[in-house]
Amino acid sequence: MESTNFLWDLFGRNVWTVLAVISLPLLFVLVYALIAILAELKISAWIQERLGPMRTGPWGILQPVAEVIKLLQKEDITPDQSSKLLYNLAPFIIFTGAYAAFAVIPFSSAFVPAGIDVGLFYVFAIGSISAMGIVMGGWASNNKYSLMGAMRSISQLISYEIPAAMAILSVVVLTSSMNMQEISSMQSGGFWNWFIFGGPGGWSKLWVIPFTIGLTIIYFIASLAETNRVPFDIPEGESELVAGFHTEYSGMKFAMFFFAEYANMFVVSAILTTIFLGGWNSPFGDFLQGPWWGVFWFILKSFFIVLLQIWIRWTLPRFRVDQLMHVGWKVLLPLSFVCFVAISLFAMLN
Amino acid sequence: MDLITLAFYFFAALTLVFGGVVVFSKNIMHAAFSLLFTFFGVAGLYVLLQADFLAITQIMIYIGGILVLIIFGVMLTTRITGVDVKSGASGRIQITVAGIVSAALAVLLIYVSLTTVWPQSPVAEAGSTVTAIGNTMLTKYILAFEAASMLLLIAIVGAAFIARKK
Repeated sequence: MESTNFLWDLFGRNVWTVLAVISLPLLFVLVYALIAILAELKISAWIQERLGPMRTGPWGILQPVAEVIKLLQKEDITPDQSSKLLYNLAPFIIFTGAYAAFAVIPFSSAFVPAGIDVGLFYVFAIGSISAMGIVMGGWASNNKYSLMGAMRSISQLISYEIPAAMAILSVVVLTSSMNMQEISSMQSGGFWNWFIFGGPGGWSKLWVIPFTIGLTIIYFIASLAETNRVPFDIPEGESELVAGFHTEYSGMKFAMFFFAEYANMFVVSAILTTIFLGGWNSPFGDFLQGPWWGVFWFILKSFFIVLLQIWIRWTLPRFRVDQLMHVGWKVLLPLSFVCFVAISLFAMLN
Repeated sequence: MDLITLAFYFFAALTLVFGGVVVFSKNIMHAAFSLLFTFFGVAGLYVLLQADFLAITQIMIYIGGILVLIIFGVMLTTRITGVDVKSGASGRIQITVAGIVSAALAVLLIYVSLTTVWPQSPVAEAGSTVTAIGNTMLTKYILAFEAASMLLLIAIVGAAFIARKK
């Protein structure tokens, strides 16, 4: 088996390289979170015809650093009647769940922290740990808003997990692999071979393209729900629940929630990129293709999806709970089943 | 002691300690959240046994499915603060009977595990198990597979029927 990790090739497999492989994505997440916070501030400002932060550094690009320092300095409050242990544990559980998914994300053809064969399944399963963290935080706060936020979060997660699973499953049907690295390498040779356009194949794949595009959109919508982003942010809807499951949190622990949300946004974007948008492949065949350019393309595509999420957040209003359930169960679910059956048929005929 | 052994003891301890919390905790929510770590520890043990698919299925089904449903159920069916939710010892007779039965079972299990000659095959790098599991499930065990799916379908239809407005 060819190596999927340049660090193993360079330095062999020992404790230090393992630590390096584990911490590389963490370094990335730290930098990415700062960029994403700045993007969120700036894009929201531009959408609302404001300037956004302008005073911290040139064009305010140091604003996220200031925000982080502010959060670190804040007083750490633990509610009196809360369940102390669970209350303090919850932010870490949430971040663990978000970060654990980075283990199988293929950043480049030469770097994936753990190239396991059940990668997609793993990403999907590990997401439930974050959900447990949300419930834990919401319940332990001993606050009715937190608890309601947690319950909404679970019901939303259960509902939207299924369309997302169908989208992922369709790609598994097309590739007969759950290894994210293999799925990426199958889509090489230009954007026409990406799974959003039906994957590699002759002209016979034309009729399946609407279904794969549909599934991409379904997965994107479901991923918005899984990361609790607008229009699916009812677990933390400010106008109804103060701040939802993290109402009681402050300072560093709130920063962990914040951080985990941004990490989760990147995870779903990375999955979408890997399974539908060609992963680390260049969109133009051999143009700028290679392990190092792979990192560039992968991060570029993922950031584009993150940008879309931010854009949508500042454009759309929030769903009501019943509308949310309606969309999840009566619109997305049947549509994803139709797409799944069509794609399975395509895979059988090919 | 190499890393694998260390990892084994870590996951075993995780499973046992939090399993103990599940059994002895008076607060049902604490017990439910401890199940999270127990399930996770068991998944880790599966990974050490080179059963990658089983490990992830464990996380998916038990943490993502059953545990979420348990917690959802507990939160929906009791007072919101969780004060009323208690489990554990109720009477002396129950404790005595349960203690005797558990002790007898424990003695039996320890005796069996000590006297059995465990066949140990040399450790082989198993690789991925997904393909093999998929193939056997859709050939040799197709009947059980389909029966399980029928069962789930019936359960879904039943649940929808019960939840339906009159």
